[in-house]
Amino acid sequence: MTALPDKTDRTLGLVIDLDICVGCHACVVACKGWNDTSQTSGLSDSDPYGEAPEGAFLNRIHSYEITREDAPATVVHFPKSCLHCEDAPCVTVCPTGASFKRREDGIVLVNEDDCIGCGLCAWACPYGAREMDPTTQVMKKCTLCVDRIYNEELPEIDREPACVRTCPANARHFGDLSDPGSAVSKLVAAREGMDLMPEMDTRPVNKYLPPRPRDAEIDVLAPLLEPVAEEPRGFLKWLDAALDRI
Amino acid sequence: MHPARSLILFTVLSGQGFGLLVFLGLGTPEVEGWRAFAAYALAFALAGGGLMSSAFHLGHPERALKAFREWRTSWLSREAWLSVAALSVNGLYGLCLMLGLRIAPLGWLGALLAIATVVATSMIYASLRTVPRWHRPEVPVLFVALALSGGALIAGQRWLGLSLLLIGAGLQLFAWMRGDRALAESGTSIHSATGLGMMGTVRSLEAPHTGENYLTREMVHVVGRKHAAKLRAIGAALAFAGPAFFLLWPGGATVFLAAPFHLLGTCVLRWLFFAQAEHVVGLYYGRR
Repeated sequence: MTALPDKTDRTLGLVIDLDICVGCHACVVACKGWNDTSQTSGLSDSDPYGEAPEGAFLNRIHSYEITREDAPATVVHFPKSCLHCEDAPCVTVCPTGASFKRREDGIVLVNEDDCIGCGLCAWACPYGAREMDPTTQVMKKCTLCVDRIYNEELPEIDREPACVRTCPANARHFGDLSDPGSAVSKLVAAREGMDLMPEMDTRPVNKYLPPRPRDAEIDVLAPLLEPVAEEPRGFLKWLDAALDRI
Repeated sequence: MHPARSLILFTVLSGQGFGLLVFLGLGTPEVEGWRAFAAYALAFALAGGGLMSSAFHLGHPERALKAFREWRTSWLSREAWLSVAALSVNGLYGLCLMLGLRIAPLGWLGALLAIATVVATSMIYASLRTVPRWHRPEVPVLFVALALSGGALIAGQRWLGLSLLLIGAGLQLFAWMRGDRALAESGTSIHSATGLGMMGTVRSLEAPHTGENYLTREMVHVVGRKHAAKLRAIGAALAFAGPAFFLLWPGGATVFLAAPFHLLGTCVLRWLFFAQAEHVVGLYYGRR
């Protein structure tokens, strides 16, 4: 059924801290590794060792430069995977019902046996979260590691998405965003977590924590430091004057 | 957006086929017997051929029948249902005509369903908010206008065809003018895409990967845009000016040339419809 549920019992999703992400791409590798081996259909590449390697990924890291007139440029690393939107446009456009949003936890999934590979869901997604598998020709997307988070075969510590589990900087957090008491909800409240492209009215579940302002904190020791001499003194003063006269 | 050949053929051919069915259904021209057979064979070849070519766009064409399931929410599914309904009703009406029986209301219903099918086809694109150039009310109107003008020309309707060409050209011009501003007016930019606009001017420093991926090939097609202005002129000349010239030529000796020129021109216009459309995901890649 491609009609969206009115309400989901839980709203599982990710909170991604743009202040902390160091752009190491470890989550990309962990995601690719888990999803390529955990599912029978894999997550394939085309020409992986050839001239033009390419492949399907469910999580990718962009890097952006932010420039300002009054401050040095900043680089922000920007992980992007499916945002499991509450008003997911990828689900409603699907003609076969292969795409669906789960009522119990809000995860958006694809039933690969029903996917005809028309690609319309990828067109409908503003975030580029869906990619066609070059080998199996069905649509792939982030499952929020649905085969990890409920998997009782795994140690409890591993029952979270592979990207979250692997992040060495703790920039990715997983939890129930419908529960105001959850750690992720508190993070979002404390750090003013934001939606990507809010004007698209997709109501994304995943939230992004904006980078914190930094310069103010660096100046704590500034009064204790000796000021840099503006005017040369002693030998340098003589040399400066002598060179000026030449 | 990547201008896939299968989608251009699908939308153009099925559009012209259903356009022809509209006029056959309305009885302009009135055909019977063998003439009805020839006219309906052509219309079904166009509409059916177009629909078949859409299957080549699928990763799994063998599962195409599953596309009938989700008509409640999906325009692609509605298009599937409407095309089957339109072909069935028009097929029945055509069969009656061949046998010398004219059931006018059945023809009107067929014409209505044929127009509805073209509307559904266009809504597959116009319903996508992610492509501001497509997400506009003039898109379905233009699709219908081009289908009707093509149908009228194939049906040999000289003055009706001419007036539809005029309307089509006007709509196309309007769609280009509005479409060129659509992305800027949509309010979506790299700033809203990243949410980092409040910190300063955002620029893509590094893409997630060195090569291309499915998204950049499918949705960030920039190759053809270089010649967009020239192609617009060529498309408009082939689709509107050329056919109008052939229709107006004294004596009507060149009327039969109008339809093939219009078909060719519509293919160019449809190519541009895809190639010029910017998907907002390109903003994440610092491209359009």
